[in-house]
Amino acid sequence: MHSRLINWFKFSSPATFYPLAGRLVPWFTWGAVLLLGVGLYLSFFVAPTDYKQGEGYRIIFIHVPAAWMSMFLYLVMAGWAAIGLVFNTRLSAMMTSSLAPTGAMFAFLALWTGAFWGKPMWGTWWVWDARLTSELILLFLYIGFIALKSSIDDPRRGDRAGAILILVGVINIPIIYYSVQWWNTLHQGSTIKMSGETSMDEVMLITMLIMTFGCWSYAFATALSRVRCIILERERGTTWVQELIEKEEGRGA
Amino acid sequence: MLEVHQLQCVRGDRSLFSNLSFTLSQGELIHLHGHNGSGKTTLLRALCGLLEPTAGSILWNGESIRLLREEFAAEVIYIGHKGGIKGGLTAIENLQIAAQLDGSPITTAAGWRALEEIGLYGFEDLPTKVLSQGQKRRVALARLLVTRAPLWVLDEPFVALDKDAVAQLQGVIQNHIADNGMVLLTTHQEVNLTRGEVRQLALGGENHRD
Amino acid sequence: MIKTLWTVVQRDLTLALRNRSDLISNLFFFIIVVSLFPLGIGPELETLRLIAPGVVWVAALLASMLALERIFASDFDDGSLEQLLLTPQPLPLLVVGKILAHWLVTGVPLVMISPILGIQYDLSSDVLWILVVTLLLGTPALSLIGAIGAALTLGLRGGGVLNALLVMPLTIPVLIFGAGAVEASASGLGGEGHLYMMAAILVVSLVFAPLAAAAALRISVE
Repeated sequence: MHSRLINWFKFSSPATFYPLAGRLVPWFTWGAVLLLGVGLYLSFFVAPTDYKQGEGYRIIFIHVPAAWMSMFLYLVMAGWAAIGLVFNTRLSAMMTSSLAPTGAMFAFLALWTGAFWGKPMWGTWWVWDARLTSELILLFLYIGFIALKSSIDDPRRGDRAGAILILVGVINIPIIYYSVQWWNTLHQGSTIKMSGETSMDEVMLITMLIMTFGCWSYAFATALSRVRCIILERERGTTWVQELIEKEEGRGA
Repeated sequence: MLEVHQLQCVRGDRSLFSNLSFTLSQGELIHLHGHNGSGKTTLLRALCGLLEPTAGSILWNGESIRLLREEFAAEVIYIGHKGGIKGGLTAIENLQIAAQLDGSPITTAAGWRALEEIGLYGFEDLPTKVLSQGQKRRVALARLLVTRAPLWVLDEPFVALDKDAVAQLQGVIQNHIADNGMVLLTTHQEVNLTRGEVRQLALGGENHRD
Repeated sequence: MIKTLWTVVQRDLTLALRNRSDLISNLFFFIIVVSLFPLGIGPELETLRLIAPGVVWVAALLASMLALERIFASDFDDGSLEQLLLTPQPLPLLVVGKILAHWLVTGVPLVMISPILGIQYDLSSDVLWILVVTLLLGTPALSLIGAIGAALTLGLRGGGVLNALLVMPLTIPVLIFGAGAVEASASGLGGEGHLYMMAAILVVSLVFAPLAAAAALRISVE
């Protein structure tokens, strides 16, 4: 009712967002292919060998962007969750559920590549470093959200319960991060300080940024394609989806 | 006065009812009809604020019940399929705690009186889990005798009651209507609710859509 | 308001005390988990003293999660939860009452028994004292945070495990500071800083958790 007053809300209707997402997906897909292609080339062939860490350090070009994206996507989800709870928009819950698998994937990727980095650098696959531990907890939060969503059959309840869980999680994240950091400094003996980022080469920095934008594009391409599926599934009873199907069938015949 | 405008409720994929509008004024009873799955329970739960309708508005004396929230909760009593009776508590404890939380505490004497009136004489201080189905139902319905809420929302109140209890409950409802109360109920039983204003409202039929 | 709170607490305490088997099994779960560790690790007192804070705390966390599954479940099943939602009382207040009662019957026994379990691990009396204080501050926070998860997973299949999955990551700070305080005092560093942090966490969860749990209950009952 009130949504007509604010033009911005136009895109929060799944019927208008569906074609918009459809137009955006190819852009993000090609953006991701291009940026990740260039980024990977730079990280393997152009970026100089690190004088301390040798060739193995190159994994940070995927590790760091993945870690950033996993945190960024959780914040994006929290934003959508808050919008969904306050304005009761259908699209926001669809966005949170379409972002979650990608976020979880990046969190997992960050941990996986972290382990691969840790083995040659620290001599062990896993170190209870504050950042690694926080990343692990972030992965748990993603998995919890996905598990909750998948065990609730009623979509309305699932949407709102998921939103509450994300918001509770987002309030907790700083506390968790802070406590893990404290815990980590208390047990200083077993950890090794990370180094390298302060004295970063310019080429390395540019490569890292390109990789980050590549991951960002990838995240949005997958999230938007996924949200299109979710929209169709959720809105299959509505007339606009019926019309869309008829149009598609007409084109196919 | 309870006003319902253009109400729609969706359960899963199915729209149970839409564009439902009616009003319920003082001294009126609405008898809600509909086949199984037509959304009677959903409508009753929406009307007492347990469930948020997909579209439309519910107004109590001109104000949305979503805004009134606790104020509205004080004006309505809901008795659903599940009676909300704790098996571990005795009948009198159940009644007193419910009244206390409803904001109209009763004395133990008043509680005993209400239970006796509803036909639970001698069962007042037994844990309700040892009572029969119909007796448990009576414990739940005893709240109607002690409440001050003007709006009663009753989902199948006559189920599991014997003949005497049905007649007695009818009397209670009729008195409430005569006192300018409001009642919304569903029932499959033939009941005689002649005194006061009785209106029939049918769910399903033209509103029904799969 | 106090009267309402008291009514809810009294109601839940009465129910819990009339059905004591739940409480006792919860307490024994805690005792057994703590007693299993020496069997798995070996009886060297040196090692046991080192792991005692962590073991007791993790066991307390697991026992709380296990018990929390039932905090709203029986009210949900018999319909009294929807009646609570329909009372003219603020729902977060009723939730606080339920959590308080739940903590009194599941949390407090854990706290009381913990010194005896600490003795099994050869902890000194100073450390035992700190252990009790941390559990006293920490277990209500666990109940508060866990109530959110219990409300979200109400009536779902596999609710208990799911609740643990959702809530445990959120309880990590409580675990860290709780076990940390005991450890710090065992190594002679003094755990006051940790205790202040735990008190802060308790206050924050006391403010926010009932609101979140109340919102979650409304969603789950619908």
